[in-house]
Amino acid sequence: MKRRTFLGGTIAAAVVGRTSGVVAEQPPVKIGMSMAQTGGLAGGGKASQLGIDIWRDDVNAKGGLLGRKVELIVYDDKSSASETPAIYSKLLDVDKVDLLFAPYATVPTAPLMPLVKQRGLLLMGNFSFQVNSKVGHDMWFNNAPWGPADSWAAAFLDLGQKAGGKTMALLAADQEFAQNLAVTAKAVAKKLNMSVVFDQSYPPNTVEFSGILRALNAAKPDIVYVASYPPDSAGILRAVNEIGVGDNVKIFGGGMVGLQFAAVMENLGSLLNGVVNYNTWLPEPNMYFDGTKAFFDAYTPRAKEAKVDPLGYYLAPFGYASGQLVEQAIKAVGSLDQKAIAKYLHANEVKTIVGPIAFSADGERKETATLMAQFRGVKDKNVEQFRSPGKQVILFPERLKSGELVTPFEAART
Amino acid sequence: MALLLDAVVIGVLLGCFYAAVSLGLSVSFGLLDVPHVAHPAFLVMASYAVFFLNDRFDIDPLLAGLMITPLLFLFGLVAYRLYYETFEKRGSDAGVRGIAFFFGVAFIIEVLIILQFGVDQRSVTATYIGKAWRIGDMRIPLRLLVAFAVAAGLTILLSLYLSKTFMGRAIRAVAQDQEALRLMGANPVKIKQWAFGIATAVLGIAGALLIIVAPVDPILDRAYIGRTFCVVVMAGLGSMTGTLIAAIILGVVETIVLTLFGASWAPAISFAMLLGVLAIRPQGLFGRRS
Repeated sequence: MKRRTFLGGTIAAAVVGRTSGVVAEQPPVKIGMSMAQTGGLAGGGKASQLGIDIWRDDVNAKGGLLGRKVELIVYDDKSSASETPAIYSKLLDVDKVDLLFAPYATVPTAPLMPLVKQRGLLLMGNFSFQVNSKVGHDMWFNNAPWGPADSWAAAFLDLGQKAGGKTMALLAADQEFAQNLAVTAKAVAKKLNMSVVFDQSYPPNTVEFSGILRALNAAKPDIVYVASYPPDSAGILRAVNEIGVGDNVKIFGGGMVGLQFAAVMENLGSLLNGVVNYNTWLPEPNMYFDGTKAFFDAYTPRAKEAKVDPLGYYLAPFGYASGQLVEQAIKAVGSLDQKAIAKYLHANEVKTIVGPIAFSADGERKETATLMAQFRGVKDKNVEQFRSPGKQVILFPERLKSGELVTPFEAART
Repeated sequence: MALLLDAVVIGVLLGCFYAAVSLGLSVSFGLLDVPHVAHPAFLVMASYAVFFLNDRFDIDPLLAGLMITPLLFLFGLVAYRLYYETFEKRGSDAGVRGIAFFFGVAFIIEVLIILQFGVDQRSVTATYIGKAWRIGDMRIPLRLLVAFAVAAGLTILLSLYLSKTFMGRAIRAVAQDQEALRLMGANPVKIKQWAFGIATAVLGIAGALLIIVAPVDPILDRAYIGRTFCVVVMAGLGSMTGTLIAAIILGVVETIVLTLFGASWAPAISFAMLLGVLAIRPQGLFGRRS
């Protein structure tokens, strides 16, 4: 009996060995993308890619997709829109990839939309904003939690109005992304019957914001909506600290890019207190889903080694979620047929480490999951403090809320 | 009216900061004719060195700037020698190829900074950052006051050095007539190398100011190429006090436009001003007609 068991085991092992040998010989599933490794978007690009790398390693450890290993083919787009069309043509025609992930951010993604639409390809978007609004490609899916275009401004202005705000000041960078936010903010303000008392755009690379802030203060707004990019966000908050914004301001922030990145948060420290700003993932109690903790356990040491954002809240888990989205769809349809995968993603909700994701017809989230959170009790020069709950209290959306708005802004800063 | 007064005060302070980051270029490009497009990259590199000393050893940024000055001087000596041996020595089209050389150097510096510090923004802490000085209704950021004082000091020091010391006079002489200096037995290449070293050394303090005024990132140099060259060319090549005054004019105009007329116009107005100056006084505001 023992001998028979042994013999059976040997045969089974040999068969399994042969089968896994066959698996190993199968070509990998190639996923191609460009990602900013250098240039202005590199900070985000690197964190995003590390998230996708971790997914690749996890999925490969589980046997890959359809029994094939997953391989990522990634090129540096240098944060430039002019680089991406050629890179994606190469990915398709030379590298013959099976699936495409979009580069990080709006600007490098925008020129790809006509290409993928023309070739009828699925594109898993990566934190771009409204790139499909004019193209209307039905195989586009954005991993970002934005949702409907105006929900971002609506969430912030709604909080301001509930705090008693009637007038709004708008300060936006002269740059496509910030201007898109500004346009929606003005439209939402109109809907909410809120008057815009200050509306100023500033050029990128503005060094000093004291002057602009004095002019803004002179308009005495109740709500200050800022749509800024990383270097400016820091400059604006420094000026706020030096010049002040007046006691009438109920809520300040909204669309400040950069305040999600560990290095910037560490640099600004207590200057962040009181600011209400958008975010994507935060270590608050309602934000943990299946696999979220395990993901950050894997991310933290790898980020340190790769000199990437040590917290990685903003982009990295969504990079991982991109992988989970296609993984679930491919497993469900049993093939790499892009039309079938797209059809599945339109029809089904997918569980990911950043929560359940369902797409509307335009490939954006059906329901916004963009957070509005207020910085509280932040101390200087300490990045580790941001790992604890309570430093960025979630005010919106209701289902993820972890606290109430502290207002007026000057009171919330202490 | 209060807004206008505010804009003028902030503009003067901002202008002094622009002067501090442009003074080195005023020597290297203005006096020595070296097409030093890597000047802002050197500046950002100095800022990162200041960041390193501040972050790791808690050294005050200005003191850190002073500490790296000798190293930058040596770096400047080596950089000029390399440029001279590979480009300037070879003759008439050296200028164009020199630009390529310095662009190359700038890219290498960017990549090295990214490899060492990553791509994130960095800034420093000091008691005078994030606070303001109140005068009546007006609040003046202390970091800009520091920039103002340091820029004024640097301008005076550099002007005195160039006009009172033997080496300073030799530098001015080499800028005016290299051949005459050679006939007098001096080695113009060595003098230019020394001057380039000084121009780079000044960046220690300027780099400290850059990171005191605002956070830095590895590609910030690109934002300063236009500004620094604008100041130096508008001043009239090689004039130190001219650099300070031109920078103040730029700062004031930029801030007034930014505050009162709309921020988007600010860069356009400054460059229109540069073109205007060049059209009316091709030698710059304070340059001598050659």
